[in-house]
Amino acid sequence: MSRRVHIKNEYLETRLVRRRIILSALFILVLLGVLVGRLYVLQIVDYNHFTTLSDKNRIRFKALPPARGLIYDRNGVIMANNLPAYRLEIIKEQVEDLDQTLIDLKQYVDYSDLDLRLYLRAANRRRSFESIPLRLNLNDEEVARLAVNLYKFDGVEINARLTRNYPQGDHAVHALGYVGRIDVKDLELVNENNYAGTSHIGKLGLEKFYESQLHGTVGVQQVEVNSRGRTLSVLSETAPLPGDNLYLTIDSKLQKVAEQAFGDLTGSVVAINPRNGEVLALVSMPKFDPNLFVNGISYKNYDKLRNSKQQPMFNRALSGQYPPGSTTKPFFGLAGLEAGTINSQSKIFCRGFYRLPNKEHRYRDWKKQGHGYMDLKGAITQSCDVYFYDLSYRLGIDKMSAFLDKFGFGKKTGIDSTGEVSGLLPSREWKRKTLNRPWFPGETLNTGIGQGTFLVTPLQLANSTGALSLNGLRYRPHLVNALENGSSGIKTDIPIEQVYEGGVSKKLNWEQVHKDMVNVVHGLHGTASGIDRGLTYRMAGKTGTAQVYGIAQDDEYDEDTVINRLRDHALFMSYAPSENPQIAVAVIVENGGHGSSVAAPIARKVLDAYLVNIDKTGSDLGDGSQP
Amino acid sequence: MNNMSDTGDYSRLRRLLDALNIDPVLLTLLMILSVFGIVLLYSGGGASIDLIVRQLTRLSLGLFLFILVANIPLRALKSLSVWLYLFGVLLLLAVMFFGEVGKGAQRWLDLGIIRFQPSEMLKLAVPLMVASYLSDRVLPIGLKDLFVSVILVLIPVMLIARQPDLGTAILVGSAGAFVLFLAGVRWRIMLSLMFLFSLMAPLLWKFSLHDYQRSRILTMFDPESDPLGSGYHIIQSKIAIGSGGVYGKGWLNGTQSQLDFIPERSTDFIFSVFGEEFGFLGGVILILLYLSIIFRGLYIAARSNDSYGQLVAGAISLTFFVYLFVNIGMVSGMLPVVGVPLPLISYGGTSMVTLFVGFGLIMSIRSTKRFMG
Repeated sequence: MSRRVHIKNEYLETRLVRRRIILSALFILVLLGVLVGRLYVLQIVDYNHFTTLSDKNRIRFKALPPARGLIYDRNGVIMANNLPAYRLEIIKEQVEDLDQTLIDLKQYVDYSDLDLRLYLRAANRRRSFESIPLRLNLNDEEVARLAVNLYKFDGVEINARLTRNYPQGDHAVHALGYVGRIDVKDLELVNENNYAGTSHIGKLGLEKFYESQLHGTVGVQQVEVNSRGRTLSVLSETAPLPGDNLYLTIDSKLQKVAEQAFGDLTGSVVAINPRNGEVLALVSMPKFDPNLFVNGISYKNYDKLRNSKQQPMFNRALSGQYPPGSTTKPFFGLAGLEAGTINSQSKIFCRGFYRLPNKEHRYRDWKKQGHGYMDLKGAITQSCDVYFYDLSYRLGIDKMSAFLDKFGFGKKTGIDSTGEVSGLLPSREWKRKTLNRPWFPGETLNTGIGQGTFLVTPLQLANSTGALSLNGLRYRPHLVNALENGSSGIKTDIPIEQVYEGGVSKKLNWEQVHKDMVNVVHGLHGTASGIDRGLTYRMAGKTGTAQVYGIAQDDEYDEDTVINRLRDHALFMSYAPSENPQIAVAVIVENGGHGSSVAAPIARKVLDAYLVNIDKTGSDLGDGSQP
Repeated sequence: MNNMSDTGDYSRLRRLLDALNIDPVLLTLLMILSVFGIVLLYSGGGASIDLIVRQLTRLSLGLFLFILVANIPLRALKSLSVWLYLFGVLLLLAVMFFGEVGKGAQRWLDLGIIRFQPSEMLKLAVPLMVASYLSDRVLPIGLKDLFVSVILVLIPVMLIARQPDLGTAILVGSAGAFVLFLAGVRWRIMLSLMFLFSLMAPLLWKFSLHDYQRSRILTMFDPESDPLGSGYHIIQSKIAIGSGGVYGKGWLNGTQSQLDFIPERSTDFIFSVFGEEFGFLGGVILILLYLSIIFRGLYIAARSNDSYGQLVAGAISLTFFVYLFVNIGMVSGMLPVVGVPLPLISYGGTSMVTLFVGFGLIMSIRSTKRFMG
């Protein structure tokens, strides 16, 4: 074979292959001999051993689900825990006639069609001999009734299992998220064996984002069962490892103040510590009770939630996108200063509308009769639109979007939760890419007052406000401060993450804008001057009103006649204390009308609660009543 | 079985089989095995008629393709090889990007009407391709051709291993390796190749797999670490086979099997049911039946006068052996659980069809031989 033939010779070659074939046949004989040998050992040598095992093969492995990690607020107030609750569980393999059993069980315990569907789906999917819940959260009466009759049902068990509970109900639900029954799709994303015995999984929010940390590691119990499947003895056990506990950045008390400040209004508040990105409060109103989802929400309740006009399940703080309106003015003002397009002395005359050169269309100011002569200070304080139409026209969309990009507009902030959307920072490139249309000058003007296609999320606005307060320095907002190992109790801090280091050249420009924003609240003509009474600290802010409803050229917007759904959104962004910012807040009230009258007071309540009523050890608050 | 009497009926049948290019010996053996498989599946599948009907449907489809493929001329087959191979690799890439995730692995391509597992196709496309490449070269091959062939095998194997589907990757890889072996690659080179791969394995492990894929593969090799998963399968499977003894507990009487202790008992672990119900004796007979099929395949390969045909038929027969060896090895606790079915017996569509197409190829080689001779 070592002889090399350089001319193709079919005869020699087939002879070579033939030799190899014979060789492999011999190999096969040897290896099949090994297999037969293996069977010989199992079936003849060790026959007795295995027969004994087989006769007594009542050894089962039972999964011991781990306890889910707890969730605390930043001060250790419990936000999510686990409570023992009775469940009706069935081991399908031990049931003689499943259909009949399911019918018979109904005499003792009622279960819904949804319960049944979830059970059947799980039962078809899971490992054999796993007990799968049919009904959760049995009450005492149901347990008693069932327990007496349990002897009639092989394979049916009542087990007390730890079940997720949100002790404060709907409080902070949009920050926490919730867990629900595991579905087939959920299992494909996790290590299925680790979820043997687990019935719930994070579906939304933190519960979903931190699922792998919260869940823990499954334990195993090797048990001996009788022929009917009942456990006789435990042979060995590996205990489950509980999941990590989460310590949030959320301050439950502050969150509560913010929630209460909203009353019946719809909207969102986000409060952030600009110096590290900690989210102190994350509110979306209205709220809903996450406990409904843990035990399987009924169709009726679900429909009610889903069809509610106010959309309580919609997480406005992360997923709601709103035109920022005039809250963009400080950003664009700064952009103008930085680009040298304006300086603090530049003035324009506002006569109530603005026209592009050689165009008829009037771009209106919110104040019909106009503001008169305006510099930047006046334009921010009184929220003059015409000033910013002019500024935008001279600055141009490219510089505008490039500048606002530094504050994180139009991008996800990367918060550690689910459902965040990116908002939209309009730009020439964006329009060409998505709509394949050229950019029109009129759009630049609309962008300049935060209208048109410009969209922000409340979280984004709070984060950008924080960045503005610290001269551009920006952190990734986060909801979790630390993870605590469920077994060892060792706490690991989650590192904070700087996203943008600032980097605007002139400190003076920043100070100008900060001053102007302080003037919005404390100045004589400030649009939010209504909230400055009794303020013990200095606060910077900017109101905003976002149009939901387009007004025709000659029409007028009349707050009283426009139906509520189409009324403007009220916005307010602020930070305080202005000389040493500790907290940045963004408020959006849907259909709230003007930012000054509705949104600003909410922000003030949040800032008061954080800066005044709270002492720094975090122990007490003015109205800090615990439920 | 060769010494059947030359009755009129028989010769008519013989003529029909000749016309269809079917080797009567191999056909008979395959039919015995398939019938055997159906009987066993009835027990393994929990006496489900539904399951049997579906398996019979696949069997018919398999037989149809078997006859169809048997009648493709060798030359046509050879020129098709490259395209089959390229198409298969393309589909694998498609799976990587658009594939459906089932049970955590990405293997399926959803074509609307049918869900299709392209890796299955490569079990045949790879040996066809390598054989086609090598048979145009002078055998035994030089280093350059060897290098090209190894790359040809490795591309699909890595794509499949990434899904991750270790079982199929092993089958495809060994099909390719067998062609090389049969083509007379020298021992020294074979051994150094093996050595090289064992060196490369840690690198592939580190750089080409996701975390969750690694942990999945780890559990395969150390089932005891995972008593809630595959470790349970192995323990129960060994008890089932061992308690079968010499004669077995009888059809439908396996306590382990019938009481649902054995998971996947109609698919990958069907041999456990067999071992329990038919015992050591049954096991030896089944292995002999498989051995006859493999040897008949090798015999047809050896008698061919065309090196391409030889390589294809030889590699397919040897791959069939790998199925058998890995499956019985894993259910008896000798090898890690990698998800290889018991050929022609395990429930499941694609592998059965592939196997029959494979035997169809062997037929086509045999017939060509006769026409050429």
